[in-house]
Amino acid sequence: MEKKIYLDNAATTKTKPEVVEAMLPYFSELYGNPSSVYEFAAHSKKAIDEARTIIADAIGSESTEIYFTGGGTEADNWALIATAEAYGQKGKHIITSKIEHHAILHTCEYLQKRGFEVTYIDVDESGIIKLDQLEKAIRPTTILISIMFANNEIGTIQPIREIGEIARKHNVLFHTDAVQAFGQLDINVDELGIDMLSASAHKLNGPKGIGFLYIRKGIRIRSFIHGGAQERGRRAGTENVPYAVGFGKAVEIAMKTMKERTKKEIELRDYLIKRILSEIPYTRLNGHRTRRLPNNANFSFQFIEGESLLIMLDMNNICASSGSACTSGSLDPSHVLLAIGLPHEIAHGSLRLTLSDENTFEEMDYTVEKIKETVDKLRKMSPLYEDFVRTR
Amino acid sequence: MYTKKVMDHFLNPRNMGEIENPSCVGTVGNAKCGDIMRMYMDIDENGIIHDVKFKTFGCGAAVATSSIATELVKGKTVEEALKVTNKAVVDALDGLPPLKVHCSLLAEEAIHAALWDYAEKNGIKIEGLKKPKSDIHDEEEINKVSY
Repeated sequence: MEKKIYLDNAATTKTKPEVVEAMLPYFSELYGNPSSVYEFAAHSKKAIDEARTIIADAIGSESTEIYFTGGGTEADNWALIATAEAYGQKGKHIITSKIEHHAILHTCEYLQKRGFEVTYIDVDESGIIKLDQLEKAIRPTTILISIMFANNEIGTIQPIREIGEIARKHNVLFHTDAVQAFGQLDINVDELGIDMLSASAHKLNGPKGIGFLYIRKGIRIRSFIHGGAQERGRRAGTENVPYAVGFGKAVEIAMKTMKERTKKEIELRDYLIKRILSEIPYTRLNGHRTRRLPNNANFSFQFIEGESLLIMLDMNNICASSGSACTSGSLDPSHVLLAIGLPHEIAHGSLRLTLSDENTFEEMDYTVEKIKETVDKLRKMSPLYEDFVRTR
Repeated sequence: MYTKKVMDHFLNPRNMGEIENPSCVGTVGNAKCGDIMRMYMDIDENGIIHDVKFKTFGCGAAVATSSIATELVKGKTVEEALKVTNKAVVDALDGLPPLKVHCSLLAEEAIHAALWDYAEKNGIKIEGLKKPKSDIHDEEEINKVSY
């Protein structure tokens, strides 16, 4: 099979041709600056407003509550830092979880260096945050709870509604990083009690380099990027019109296809999980069995290391990712896999496969065969496996 | 990311496996950090390493450095093998990414660990050889995980 099998949709997705097509006129034809007064610029203004409305509808908010950003990471940084600045008078305590994306964790570290206190809530072995611990962690000085909607590595979906209720009950703001969940799961900010939400276009077949932050009306957080009056004065800089249009188009498609698409993804995912767990011994599924993103499968293969596995899969045209240290650029394996209680050496042997509805059962079969071959090959090379066999 | 040579040794490792009744075995590394290398040697009465095999748990670079290290010591005397440095390993692979240079140190340590075992078993002292660290893996930690 010469064709590439792309199983890394949590890293990024293909920009859909329809999305590219929708963007194209806004580069060289309708290139006006939305802030300009002449008629020509009105096209750009209209286009960005329409995209904003599509996005607002998708999460059940007002379009005036959607602020475009340069991506999910900027939205996360903004939500945390600007909340800290705006509400620092009330208190300097923030609550988050141990399995957040680095866009949250490293921003929390930044705030800690500037006098804020951060509590990192534990998760159980399936990656679900401990709600009792969360509620107990709330202090009179707590200004923000930031818990991701669904985890990017192990796919576990958090009890967002319950977290929203806890936040509301204690009058604390609730931000959620929904970068992986948006377009995959139903989200309604009012029903779930979400005050701020970050998302990114390139995870749902939109272009890279654009995201948004939803900020509930009435929340005092201020500008993070200073300059002109764009985005209601809260995020300066000439709007990225073509990317906003592409984002809007991607969201429109994602919402229209969500039910059917995720149903197919779940079928593929469950087939893959079933085959891998039953056909490869000493393998575990990381994350919750059912409360997980429709397209996420994450395994640990004992006695082998993830980077080796990735390179060998790549030789077979399979694109995947791992939580091994060697793929993270540090000596430690993924903080998420450690937080769910995996020992280092099991965390090193992890493999994440994130599907799209364009994948097929045939591709799943091919992938399972290649993983079986590769795991077998690497185990034959592994001194850990040798010791295990010897002492069995 | 990797040179052609590294990829070649990773995908077609030389001397991979075990030796039955070897003269000596050395295991180095730590599963916590993600690399473990084991080297088996068969050394004849003249002190010549006439066979060497390895097993490695680790990334592509860890496998490649083990593989090339076995090539660098095979047919050499114990004294010559001791002079195979991590730099020689890196050079023989046409370079390693900076983050992976520690793999070549591990390969050097694996050679030393095997030679240490050889010296101990035969009650001899090899000039310039120090006792290697041994810190392989934590059984208790692994047994906690459910499959």
